[in-house]
This record gives sequence, C-alpha cells and structure tokens, in this order.
Amino acid sequence: MKLTMGPIPFHWNNEKRVDFYARIADESPIDCVYMGEIICSKRAPFFAPLQEEVAARLERAGKKVIFSSLSEVMLKRERNAMASFCENEEQEIEINNSSGLIHTKGKKHRIGPMMNVYNVETMAFLARQGATHFSLPVELPRTSAQLLAQAAKTMGENGVGVEVQVFGRASLAVSARCYHARAHGRIKDNCQFVCEDDLDGMALKTLDHKDFLVINGIQTLSHTYVNLLGELEGLAEIGVTHCRLIPHSQDMIAVAKTCRGVLDKKIDVKEGQTQLDGLGIPAPFSNGFWHGVSGHLNVSASPA
Amino acid sequence: MTTNTAELICPAGTPAALRTAVDAGADAVYCGFQNATNARNFPGLNFTPVELEKSVAYAHSKGAKVLLALNTFPPAGKFDLWKEAAIAGVKMGVDAFIVADVGVADYIARHFPEKRLHLSVQAAASSPEAIRYYCENFGVKRVVLPRILTVPEIRAISKEIPCEIETFIFGNHGLMVEGRCSLTNYITGLSTNMDGVCSPAADVQYIRDDEGNMSTILGPYMIDCYSCGETAGYPTICKGRYRVKHRNDGYYAFEEPISLNLSRMLPDLMEAGVNAFKIEGRQRSRAYVSRGVSAFRKAINDVRDGNEPEFADLLALTEGQKQTEGAFKSKTWR
Repeated sequence: MKLTMGPIPFHWNNEKRVDFYARIADESPIDCVYMGEIICSKRAPFFAPLQEEVAARLERAGKKVIFSSLSEVMLKRERNAMASFCENEEQEIEINNSSGLIHTKGKKHRIGPMMNVYNVETMAFLARQGATHFSLPVELPRTSAQLLAQAAKTMGENGVGVEVQVFGRASLAVSARCYHARAHGRIKDNCQFVCEDDLDGMALKTLDHKDFLVINGIQTLSHTYVNLLGELEGLAEIGVTHCRLIPHSQDMIAVAKTCRGVLDKKIDVKEGQTQLDGLGIPAPFSNGFWHGVSGHLNVSASPA
Repeated sequence: MTTNTAELICPAGTPAALRTAVDAGADAVYCGFQNATNARNFPGLNFTPVELEKSVAYAHSKGAKVLLALNTFPPAGKFDLWKEAAIAGVKMGVDAFIVADVGVADYIARHFPEKRLHLSVQAAASSPEAIRYYCENFGVKRVVLPRILTVPEIRAISKEIPCEIETFIFGNHGLMVEGRCSLTNYITGLSTNMDGVCSPAADVQYIRDDEGNMSTILGPYMIDCYSCGETAGYPTICKGRYRVKHRNDGYYAFEEPISLNLSRMLPDLMEAGVNAFKIEGRQRSRAYVSRGVSAFRKAINDVRDGNEPEFADLLALTEGQKQTEGAFKSKTWR
C-alpha cells in the first residue's frame, strides 16, 4: 500500500508551500505527491513558477510527483490552462474536470476524486482511453469501492491503481461562485484573495453555533476530518492500492508516519489513534461515507 | 439550428402533471422512474413502468416528446437498475435519455445507438471541450448547460460544439456544480449523485420555539431560523443561513432562497443559439406546471413571430416569491 499526499486545496502562500514540500521530501514516508492548484484558477499563478523546482526536489528524495488539474473549467483562461496542462510529457497528470478527457484520450493519465467514477463501467471506459489510476469520490462507500478495486486489477496493462482518501476534510461541493469572497461582501473578480487567511478553510457554523461546514473559495468541505485509520487494513485487503492524505495546517508528517506505522503493523490502530488525537486537530473525526451512512458520523470500524 | 426551432421542455413529476404540461403546450416533457435512477427521487413523485407507458402514448398522441431522466451515478453493485430503466425506456418508446454517468452513456450508446442521448446538467459540462468529449464518445445530441454561464458565454459555446443547447429558464436556482455535491449525503447518509435525493423530507423537521421563531432542521443541523413574520422555507443546505467569525449575524452563505426567472432574456438566449428551454420543477404542483408552461409557450411563440413577448406575472410561482437572473445576466453573480 502506497501513501500519497493530495494537492493542497487551500490558498497557502508560497513560503508555506515550499516549507511543506521540503518537509515531505526530507522527513515523510509519503510515496507520491500530487501538486497543483485544483480549486481556483485565480490562485494558480502564485505557485506555478516554483512548481517544477519543488517537484524536482521531491523526486530527488524518491517521491513520485503527479500534477493535478483544476476541478472547475469554464473561462477561456481555464480552458487554455487545461489544454496546456494536458500537454505535459514530463510529469504524470491527474484530471479533475471532464474537459481534460478530450486532451488525454489515448495518453497515460490519472483520474482525480473530483471526477465521478462510481461504477466499474465508467472506470473501464476511462481505462480503455488511457487512465491508469483512479482516486475514488470521497462519498463512495466501501461496498462499491471494493467492487471497483477488484475490477481494477483486470484493467489496463497490469491493472489500474485505486486510491481512497483516508485523512482530512472531505470535499463536499464546488461552485462557480466564490463563497469566501461572498462572506466578505465581495465577488470572485475582486476577491483580494481573502481565502489566504484561512489555512484549513473558513468555519461555517449553524445559527445555533454548531460547527457545520468549511468554505474554501468555490469549494465547500466537511467540518469533520475524514479518518480511516481503523479501516486501513481492510483497504489493503479489498485491493485499494493507494491511501490519500489531504494537506492541512496540522503536522502532516506526523499523520503520514502514523498511517505508515498502522499499515506496516508497527503500531496498532489504538496507538495510532492516540497519536492523531495529540495533533490538535480542531474538529472531530469521521468515517461515515466509507460505511455508507451520514458522512459526518464516526462509526466503529467493521471488519473488511 | 435557427432560433425558430426553440423547444419548451417541461417538468412532469406525475402522470397528471405530464398531461397538464402537454395540454399547456410543452414540446417535450421530462420525467423519471420511482427509484434512484433519476435526480428527483422524492416520495410521491415519478412514474411506474405502466404509468410511463400510458404517458408516452398520451404525449405522442398530442405531438409531444418524452425525455427520460437517467441522470444519477450508479454506484458499483447497483448498475443493473440503470440498465433495466434504459431497457424499459426503449421498450416504451421514450424519445431520448438524459444521462450524466459515463458508464450509463456508454451502455445506451452501444446497445441502443438509435436512441437520442441528452447530457444532463448533472454531468456539469461547462466548457466546449467537456461537451465535445461526450458528443464524440457517446453521440450526445444535446447538452443541458449548467446555470452558471452568461449569455455571451452561451453564445460562444454554441459556436464551438456539434450539438444542441438546452438551458434552464425558470425554477429552482441550483448553486453548487451539479453532479459534484455531497452535502446531503454528509448530513443524511443519502446521496444526491447515487440516490437522487437532495435534503430528503424524512430528515426534515420544523421546530417552533416559545417566542414563535421557526427553525428548519435537516438531520441534526439547523439550516435556518425564521422570526414570526417570515415564511419558513424548505431546509435546502445551500439556501440556509449560517454564521462566520467576522460577521455578527447569520447570512445566506451560498445563496438566498430564490428562483431563476429568465423570461425577460428569452429573445437574447434564442439569439445566442439556445435550442431548448427547460422549466425546472418536477416536484412542483400541477398549477405551477400549468401556469409556467402556458406563459413560456406564449412567450416563445411571440418571439418566434417577431412580437414582443408578454409575461403573466410568474413571481407567484417562484421560491419565497423572490427571483433572479442569476449568472445569466452578469459575472458579478460569481
């Protein structure tokens, strides 16, 4: 089982991004790193000039680097960005919007979690067109993921990869409208990048002051952090090949080490959970989607 | 694709609504079966196979088409339900399928290549490249555009794609990119994509406090709270009021409860290359269907005949009696 770091969904500044990836290169047991702006085309130009260099650093440290595409493509600049993104011959790419599929047909590429791959028929169709790896939608339950992981072994040249998010806030929705700008009485075109102030997204509470959702530009995420530590062994058994961590401002190196420790049976789930509990994560954990119940719930793990 | 072919596509949540829409002048109605294969899988809505068969016959006898919505995403293990729905639709003679899932589109394109495929708004194809992908791979004949584009953007898209364009013109104003929203599943355990539900009624509560305020609740979460003078709306997550740290009061974090009404933009949209106009509301009453369809039938005919369209007051049919032209009018919506 490989451990991956998903793309940073939040608008972190370059200094924070460079530090984050340096620590992943130097200290983490992460195998693959996905990089690139997936949420907002306005943010993309900030880190783009540094991306190649940071990727090279990660590769020197033995990490596989995959570039991830935007998830919303509508404007001319976004369409052009997607077209040139798909021309990249150097790096593996992950597609997060169907506009990319027309450019990647017949070429090797990965399918990201923002794409709707819910069934074997869809996976097989995309694999025939060159997809080699599928990161499943975060809401997909284990019962369906299991069938996809089994079928994935028979696709492509030697099977295709299947990835599941095991840690971090769940992406629940995206929109054409920027809700960060809206919260500040602005619109997307004059947002002044207010999203930069919220490293893990902006908390949205109910009127009776209950934690509810989190806003990140055009994206809405869960308040809870997905945590499938107790399900990692089962994931491997059903044929999932990669476990994805979503970057947050808490100590992601520690999260990665804990997951690696549980996967390698160096520590048990209980000890791993104690380690995660000590990281100061400001939200409860959840695994409801994986168990086919409300996503915000945390249910005790069942045997795979 | 000239403007004078613009079709009026109307919602049919029940056989009675279908007849109402057809009688009021719908060129086509869209509907679904009573299960997860369509995105309005609500209790008391939709068609049994027998009802659909009779309804297709009625629509065809009046010259109207029937479009069957198979526009959800079958989770692995349940794909057969969508296959069976497609086979039943073919047998009953529906005129087209509205699809969103790649696997479902591929299945119908391979097994029933003579059937028209329309790309559902649930596929969220918002660029010429995305639309062309579905046209080239599955022979899609029409795309239902997401409600996020301005009229100039629609005009530009129409020049770059090989299929017809359908846009929403009236009804519920969806905020999130369709086919990408798991908010309901996060709260209730039922998925919009996989189960076809959004804020299911079984998880809704209305609670009045001692001061007369009415809270609307979904699952364990308060979606909004109305003072005595306000009319309580249905608790849809993206239409609720919430709090953020830098604002004192609750606010509509995503959008107000408001309906889309593009009646005044009808001539512009027809000129921009829109081939079909869709009225949202399979969950709405026969009175809504009757009034909405009649008003838009007359308006489309007026534009086609070169006359200034007139609209009966459609405001009474809108959600919370508030209406918007949304993204269609201006980029400032974003």
